[in-house]
Amino acid sequence: MIRFLIRRIALLFVNLFILATIVFLIVNVLPEDVGRTILGPFAPQESVDALNARLGTDKPLPEQYVRQMAGLVTLNFGNSFTSNKPVAPTIGAAMVNSAKLAGLALVITIPISIAAGLLAARRRDRRTDRAIVLFGVSTSSIPEFVTGTALIVVVGVQLGLLPVLANPPRNADALTTIRYLLMPALAMAIVYFGYIARMTRAGTIEVLEADYTRTATMKGLTTSQTMRRHVLRNALVPTVAVIGVQIGYLFGGIIGVEKIFNYNGMGQLMLFAAQRKDIPLLTAGVLVIGIVYMLATLAADLIIAWMNPRARAELGT
Amino acid sequence: MPVRSDRAQARIETMRLLLRRPGFVIGSLVIIMWLVCAIAGSAITPHDPFDDFFAGQQPPSAEHLMGTDHLGRDVLSRVMVGSRDVFTVAPIAAIIGVVAGSILGLAMGYYRGPFDDVMSRIVEAFLALPVVLVALLTLVVLGSSTVVVILVVGILFTPIVARTVRSTVISERQLDYVTAAKLRGESGPFILIREIFPNVLPPIIVEMTVRFGYAIFTVATLSFLGVGIQPPSADWGLTISEKYTFMIAGVWWSTFFPALAIATTVIAINLVADALHTVMSE
Repeated sequence: MIRFLIRRIALLFVNLFILATIVFLIVNVLPEDVGRTILGPFAPQESVDALNARLGTDKPLPEQYVRQMAGLVTLNFGNSFTSNKPVAPTIGAAMVNSAKLAGLALVITIPISIAAGLLAARRRDRRTDRAIVLFGVSTSSIPEFVTGTALIVVVGVQLGLLPVLANPPRNADALTTIRYLLMPALAMAIVYFGYIARMTRAGTIEVLEADYTRTATMKGLTTSQTMRRHVLRNALVPTVAVIGVQIGYLFGGIIGVEKIFNYNGMGQLMLFAAQRKDIPLLTAGVLVIGIVYMLATLAADLIIAWMNPRARAELGT
Repeated sequence: MPVRSDRAQARIETMRLLLRRPGFVIGSLVIIMWLVCAIAGSAITPHDPFDDFFAGQQPPSAEHLMGTDHLGRDVLSRVMVGSRDVFTVAPIAAIIGVVAGSILGLAMGYYRGPFDDVMSRIVEAFLALPVVLVALLTLVVLGSSTVVVILVVGILFTPIVARTVRSTVISERQLDYVTAAKLRGESGPFILIREIFPNVLPPIIVEMTVRFGYAIFTVATLSFLGVGIQPPSADWGLTISEKYTFMIAGVWWSTFFPALAIATTVIAINLVADALHTVMSE
């Protein structure tokens, strides 16, 4: 287990290194002149030069690359171009807000979609199964901001049940905060339901067909005993893996959701940075989200290894 | 009875199986409907989609089935015309991603070795980032235009497709027919193109439909974020981004119907993809 963990963490650093290199290539090599990109075609050349000097983008590329990588190790992502303050605290605050929203979305999605997936697997090819699969296929393919729009129109405007803007008032208690976050979280939950439910269904069907499940039934265990002792532990392995991946990808969809509900999280910050061409802030945000994805998949692998000794051997090699 | 080749016979059989699936039929009909709107454009819209003749913010009525927007343009006409951008940008991006990804995946899966190891690491790193986010970063850096959007989405799909194709190729290359071709002394590229490629084509076709759906998803999101398709296009994602703030005041129709258009299109494509996947993997 320890060896597995060490290997997995080493791999994480390799991936992070490659990821940071890709981001560096996109930001510093694709445009010929970073200062010009930020200030636009009509800015005087002196301002462009001054900005390049301030951002360090006038230095040769290898030197910039070393500096950015060193910054990544020391968690110093540089200064924002618009506010000239270090970007790390800004991103930290936005991450906390987004984590609340993403957390609520996951708390809603995970139990419901696992239950639906299990139900679909046990009613395989019957009407319940078909309905769950069809609903999952449909909703997981719609962009989050579209489900958000539909929710605002139906639940917010027509029925008037929930607030249509997600920022809770200052000093709101936990319950009020949840009330404000419920609709954006639902918009995301509806999208992730399909992925997780389908994974659970596929995993469960495979396990239900396995010999050891038949043995468990034959030796006289009740259905619920079989499910608890033999099926769940194995069936949920792919589910855990897909949840790990989804936690990282949540941050792609969260941008649209935060925009449409006007919520001050990571998505709005990234959008703010994009509109003002604040490339240092945007770069740092992308890297932080990449790190979140990697940590989430690592956590998922660890949970899988704990759930299933065979997976432990496989992942460890 | 005319004599048909085995391959044509198999194709007809696949088609028959597909037509028996309600998901495939409904999905295809919806896609065809949007395609007709995209091709015919303003020739079949009830009003001119770009001129603002009418009173603004009118709720749906017999004259304007989906109401009018804040500039007094007919929402239904704009939704119909908006399909044109969706059905050009998304398929081209999907094709770029699938072609590039298939070539990369075929090479990685067949040659393995250090090339595959290095490429797999890079693919893995790409997968750590949501496509929308990298696309946002790239479009900010490069400046947004339709061509750039297509290229960026296509390139970002490449690693995803490559990983899928690679894994199918790896299981194919262990089969006897590949060994036989090797023993016959065929060259690597010949085996890849003439032997392995036809056998991995079904999953690639499925991947193509799935990517098409995701391309619509991604481009719509990018347009909504303001870095995708640019005004004055009637693109659905862009329209929502222009009008969603009016929803709070109760003007829901100018946002809701484009949203519905995106939803129906993507669901239709996924129904088709799902049917193809089931039929082709049988």
